Amino acid sequence: MLRLLMLLFLLMAPQAHAQDAFSELLPGLTGGFAQQAETVERLGALGDPRALPLLRALGDTRLLRGPDGTVIVSPGQPPPGSDVIRINNRVRGALRGALGRLQLGSPDPEERLRAAEAILRNRSADDIPILEAALGRETDARIRDRLALALGGARLAAADPASKRIGILALGRSTSPEARALLLQERIATPDLATDIDTAIASIDQRLALRRAAETAFQGLSLGSVLMLAALGLAVTFGVMGIINMAHGEFVMLGAYTTFVVQELCRDIPWLSPWSLPLAVPAAFMVTALIGAAMERGLIRFLYGRPLETLLLTFGVGMVLQQVVRLTFGAQNREVISPPWMQGTLVLPGEITITQNRAWIILFALFVLLATLAAIRLTRFGLEMRAVVQNRRIAATMGIRTGRVDAMTFAFGSGIAGLAGVALSQIDNVSPNLGTGYIIDSFMVVVFGGVGSLMGTLIGAFSLGIFNKLLEPYAGVVLAKVAVLVAIMIFIQRRPKGLFALKGRAADQ
Amino acid sequence: MTRRLVLLACVVLLALIPILNLLPDASPFHVSDFIVSICGKWICYAILALALDLAWGYAGILSLGHGAFFALGGYAIGMHLMRLIGPRGVYGHPILPDFMVFLGYTELPWYWLGFDWFIFAFAMALVVPGLLALVVGYLAFRSRITGVYLSIITQALTYALMLAFFRNDMGFGGNNGFTDFKELLGMPLNTPATRSVLFYASLVVLVLAYLMCAALTRTKFGRVLTAIRDAESRVRFLGYDVTQHKLFVFVLSAMLAGVAGALYVPQVGIINPGEFSPGNSIEAVVWVAFGGRGTLVGAILGAFSVNAIKTWLTSFAPDLWLIVLGCLFIAVPLLLPRGLIGLLRRGGGK
Amino acid sequence: MSGNSLYLDGVSVVFDGFQALNNLSLVVEPGELRAIIGPNGAGKTTMMDVITGKTRPTKGTVRFGESDLTRMDEASIAMLGIGRKFQKPTVFDALTVFENLELALKAPRGPIPCLRWRLNGEARTAIERTLAEIGLTERARDRAGLLSHGQRQWLEIGMLLMQDPQLLLVDEPVAGMTDHETELTATLLRGIAGARSVVVVEHDLEFVRALGHRVTVLHEGSVLSEGSIDHVQNDQRVIEVYLGR
Repeated sequence: MLRLLMLLFLLMAPQAHAQDAFSELLPGLTGGFAQQAETVERLGALGDPRALPLLRALGDTRLLRGPDGTVIVSPGQPPPGSDVIRINNRVRGALRGALGRLQLGSPDPEERLRAAEAILRNRSADDIPILEAALGRETDARIRDRLALALGGARLAAADPASKRIGILALGRSTSPEARALLLQERIATPDLATDIDTAIASIDQRLALRRAAETAFQGLSLGSVLMLAALGLAVTFGVMGIINMAHGEFVMLGAYTTFVVQELCRDIPWLSPWSLPLAVPAAFMVTALIGAAMERGLIRFLYGRPLETLLLTFGVGMVLQQVVRLTFGAQNREVISPPWMQGTLVLPGEITITQNRAWIILFALFVLLATLAAIRLTRFGLEMRAVVQNRRIAATMGIRTGRVDAMTFAFGSGIAGLAGVALSQIDNVSPNLGTGYIIDSFMVVVFGGVGSLMGTLIGAFSLGIFNKLLEPYAGVVLAKVAVLVAIMIFIQRRPKGLFALKGRAADQ
Repeated sequence: MTRRLVLLACVVLLALIPILNLLPDASPFHVSDFIVSICGKWICYAILALALDLAWGYAGILSLGHGAFFALGGYAIGMHLMRLIGPRGVYGHPILPDFMVFLGYTELPWYWLGFDWFIFAFAMALVVPGLLALVVGYLAFRSRITGVYLSIITQALTYALMLAFFRNDMGFGGNNGFTDFKELLGMPLNTPATRSVLFYASLVVLVLAYLMCAALTRTKFGRVLTAIRDAESRVRFLGYDVTQHKLFVFVLSAMLAGVAGALYVPQVGIINPGEFSPGNSIEAVVWVAFGGRGTLVGAILGAFSVNAIKTWLTSFAPDLWLIVLGCLFIAVPLLLPRGLIGLLRRGGGK
Repeated sequence: MSGNSLYLDGVSVVFDGFQALNNLSLVVEPGELRAIIGPNGAGKTTMMDVITGKTRPTKGTVRFGESDLTRMDEASIAMLGIGRKFQKPTVFDALTVFENLELALKAPRGPIPCLRWRLNGEARTAIERTLAEIGLTERARDRAGLLSHGQRQWLEIGMLLMQDPQLLLVDEPVAGMTDHETELTATLLRGIAGARSVVVVEHDLEFVRALGHRVTVLHEGSVLSEGSIDHVQNDQRVIEVYLGR
């Protein structure tokens, strides 16, 4: 036993720090419960970092009475028979507060956050000065938030109404449901302040509603950007060539599998592997564009002018592609890992949290849209494509090889589907039926936005995305989808050709 | 004339199947239970194919959601079959079906009332798909949604219905749908006698449906449909209300599909939301396309032949079936635009 | 035969900022045969679209007798007695020539009446008369898809006749026809006018001369000149428009 005690780490001997206030307080820990409690509180108020391990040990019953009024911290469970300092509930209460106050000064932000939480749970007016001090030196926004909340709570716990009012005002400026709960409690406790509290609660509610709206909007934008990516390629093939490509969803799926393959190829090259996702972007575009071109030249071109048959044929191609992928890669989900720079969440002002990868996808979608616009407006290929859309025969007489333009247009649209697949691999399971879940929605986007209008696709995708997310909290995912379908049916009663319809002669062709 | 004879021969052959099933196992003409039940299923598919051909082959309405009408008809009769289980369920509740007891229902939802009666349920198998087709068709045809647009809308329709029927709180058994049926019209299901009755009922409906469709397409109404298919706006300028004509044939076709579903469910003994999956609807389209659309006989032929290939192939290479089906979709428009019937006619010298 | 007159007043149509018709006014009297000419983009086809209800005017009045055509759909306008022949012949290829005419025959148009329709002697006589008129009696049992270009045009005109319209709109009837066919078509149209009003849109000035009736020249969506063929051919503004400035 004694040998074990020898292993104990002797924390401090009174002679080492004979002069300072900290050392003078130590003997108090060995006194009666009342004295212990007082000593603990004073140690906490002192703010000396040395007190932290000591008080923790006291709480865990690892603090031993030393031979000459000193105290010893046992690193593990003290052996039976050693002289452990015992405490009661009152001391334990004091200890919680003191620990919290001490931890607020800790250099580790996680520790400080935990401390703020602890104080928040154990609100007392005594903490006001410590919290004010801590708030003054704290730089981490997240911790400041908790501290401010704790301070408000501490002020509510104060006896005098003036202090309470300051607390109410401060809490009223926050955007947290917890502050709202604190205020509600206080409203029951002190009915005199009801009007002040109601005002504060109303202002919190307003901000909360705003935040919810912002988050819904973000989710809607996120869904909208995914829909837009999936629909953009469709808008090109459908809008420009009048081809309903039912295999479009499978091209999206192929894009996602290309991302997976690129990731696997880069896995063994350490400096390359974080960049496998950017590498997958051109790879997916190329793979799907080539398959698209082959499909157009090999099959679709024999069926121009027979849209319903083309629809069946492309559906068949989709089935074959899906089954081939299933047989090659297996039916189970494949994992595509997000690179480190896409992980985590962003906290915007007002505590609006958004996930990084969703934010990236929104950016990526806009990038793809701009690139598509640029390709159509600024390149030779785009010019030829627009010429063929306007008047195929005249374009041919001008020396444009319409067959090649058709193949390239279809390849282009398919390539965009591949890009959508890269994006979807980040937020959805990469499985053979990845595309089927999105294809119907993207068709709705094209129908809603108007065929042949990229602007329509953009607006259509984002409005469907936001409308869907707005409805979801009330109606649930399924009914929201049904409602969107019904809304589109009603919408096309008024605008049969979609939001951005071509008018006049071009529309009849 | 020869076509009539061939058709009649086929009907007679089909009608013989349940009789041959009664022969002793050792007899060379014995037909297994499996063949009886699978032919019964195919007859229902053939009715669905007829319905689709009427809308697509004649009026040019390519519905990718006809499986929804089929499934709704099936659900209607399924509700009746569920009500007939009565207190014989696993939970032994006197009124509620098992899934409702499981989900904590205390009483029967209002829309289940009336399904105790076979006549009511069968009428609903016609009325519900018909009404849905009326509403969707009215909205779509009125605003001149045609061609591929209509196809997409109908596909979205069946997709939305599938999602809806997957939900437990719809009161239609959610994921699992309806099963464990006991009897129909006093006959216990799963006995050879009942199977034969259902088989003959389906066969009679198929023959009647064929005769009705054939008669219909020979009237001026049928010619108006063909005209709409080929040049819709010309028909408008001739003074026809195209919306009315399309709506009429679409509703009729949906009701026929509903009947097919109602005959199908007692034979297979189960109905679940998977029947609504867009894949099913589009598979029906390939039956019609493969057999030869706009010919009625082709639709029936297609339903039987594609399903025969499916059954044969899935028995030894299930992975290959989807690839073969996909290839059918690709090959038919390219190589067989007029389907098997077109091939036979060319072969026959006409 | 007392008919209604067609009356367009101040009609404008704008597509995405493009002014297809600009304050167009035109009156066609009952029984009149009127030729409309004009360079490409003058608004001839758009004018037809407005009259038949395919396009709604942005502003202006379109009346046929007492009926306001801007409030009616294509089918009701057709039932009112306005028939239209398209630039590209559209007949129903899968049906026979006889069946094409049968569909056009004046009869109730709803689905139920069509289901119960039986061809009676009177209808058969009417169809056979029209067949003779358009010279297709021998081809009555053939599918329309097998006809030559000119025959398809005549079949379409025949279908219009079956509708027994008060006003016939004919868009470029002789485009792509041989000289002989053109001549026959002019005779056909002259024979039709008188009993009903006919509006012919045409490029071919020789054909318009052969019709020998009043001519309206459209330019940039409004009326540039109106009168006999000799009058408009000598009109300085018309010459400018056709020959360029």
